[in-house]
Amino acid sequence: MAIIVQRPKLKWWEHLYLPGIITGMRVTLGHFFSILSGRTKVTMQYPEEKWDSHLPEHYRGAPALVTDEHGRERCVACQLCEFICPPRAITIKPEEIPSDDKWAKVEKRPRAFDIDMIRCIYCGLCEEVCPEQAIYLRKDYAITGLSRAEMVHDKTKLYEIGGVREGLVNKWNELK
Amino acid sequence: MDWHIIIAAVIKIVVFVFLVTLPMVAMSVWAERRVSAAIQDRVGPNRVGPFGLLQAVADGIKFLLKEDFTPAHVNKFYFWLAPALTMVPALLTCAVIPFGSRLFDEKMVIADLDVGPLFVFAIASLSVYGIVLAGWSSNSKYSFLGGVRSTSQMISYEISLGLSIVPLIMIYGELNLGRIVQEQALNGWALLPLWGEGLSLKGFILAVPIFISFIIFMTSMFAETNRLPFDLPECETELVAGYHTEYSSMKFALFFLGEYAAMIIGSGLAVTLFLGGWSLPFGWLAPESVDAAVPWWHGLIHIGVYFTKVIALIIFFIVIRWTLPRFRYDQLMRLGWVFFFEIALFNVALTAVILAWPQLWKMMFG
Repeated sequence: MAIIVQRPKLKWWEHLYLPGIITGMRVTLGHFFSILSGRTKVTMQYPEEKWDSHLPEHYRGAPALVTDEHGRERCVACQLCEFICPPRAITIKPEEIPSDDKWAKVEKRPRAFDIDMIRCIYCGLCEEVCPEQAIYLRKDYAITGLSRAEMVHDKTKLYEIGGVREGLVNKWNELK
Repeated sequence: MDWHIIIAAVIKIVVFVFLVTLPMVAMSVWAERRVSAAIQDRVGPNRVGPFGLLQAVADGIKFLLKEDFTPAHVNKFYFWLAPALTMVPALLTCAVIPFGSRLFDEKMVIADLDVGPLFVFAIASLSVYGIVLAGWSSNSKYSFLGGVRSTSQMISYEISLGLSIVPLIMIYGELNLGRIVQEQALNGWALLPLWGEGLSLKGFILAVPIFISFIIFMTSMFAETNRLPFDLPECETELVAGYHTEYSSMKFALFFLGEYAAMIIGSGLAVTLFLGGWSLPFGWLAPESVDAAVPWWHGLIHIGVYFTKVIALIIFFIVIRWTLPRFRYDQLMRLGWVFFFEIALFNVALTAVILAWPQLWKMMFG
């Protein structure tokens, strides 16, 4: 069924357009001057201004490996993160820790630990599943590179992002 | 011919047209983008140079470096001719607009013609050929419709544009734009008769038809320059890009620049006719006559005043563009032919009656 839209009945001065134009100009110029005086908040100017200081504690950025206060890499190459990773971004090549090493009792460590940052979806499952508290999602979000190879974070890069994390459970200290 | 005159004319042409008006065209594109952004609570181009001021340069380089593509189905000769035909008339009209009083005893107008407004209208009308040829030679339905719309729109509004300044010419009894401005400097701007001879009952009564003229003139100018609310020839939502759909690279840029140049010249003409051209209000620093000597720093101030007024008017054009919605085509034609044409004719008669009132009074009752 057709609906008849009732057009508003205009006064004679509304037919002149001019009052309408002035009302419209008041609106647009209001916006114009409120942005000139800085009353309107506009979008963040990204490369100069960044969210870094406002990022919440639970922010999920790039995953990274951490070392403990003794400089030991916490990862024991159990490969749980590799198995749980939904996009299969993590590749671990484990190796045995030689018996003359100080941390020989840990037995295993990663020889290579690669995270393909093109595949990573920042879900945080690796952090959740890790029994050793070795992998954490940090606050780095601007991961860029000029080639696919550059976008793969290797072990050095991962420790560089992760750094040292203290005050975690120490499974492998001298007493045990 | 005196060498002195030729050299002075060349300097004025180079400085006013190529060093001032063309950069102003580029800058008004930037201003358009910044102002529209501010109106819509955005930032606008602010990356290239301080406040994005060099954006115009970046745009120019982009236009020059892009592929200049000529589609296979166009009529090549007219396709290439059209952009030039839009740009050249817009720049030609610069010639008669007085952009200052006098500097170093030289009139600040390129050609001091005694038929200023007529010259402007005659030349500005030529730019419709560019648009028609672009629309026709592109051999595409969007371009064609844009060209047809533009032609009818420009022809319709040229009538009211011409008629709207007849009252002014009657009041000043003068077609030389320089002398019109001089008159306004001494006796009150057309729209602001608050000093000199303008400060009288006759001046105030005459302000009514002048105000009507001003509204008709400005509206017709919007239609002539194909800007919103009358940008039906381009009309992105219906016609892709109207008459320049098939154009790319610098040929497109010429249409674009032609539109803005027409806007600047239109503002210049409006300033000259209605807002006192280069003169300061209340007769400050006004020379006694057109031929009176003017100190050089007065001359510079007058040039500055002229460009300040033009820039203010350009910003007005821009704000109007981002305020009003586009007219429907029948509304546009109705406005032009049914309202403005009649009002302009009536306005001419009204001005004539006001001007001839003392004589009429004497004839009837004297």
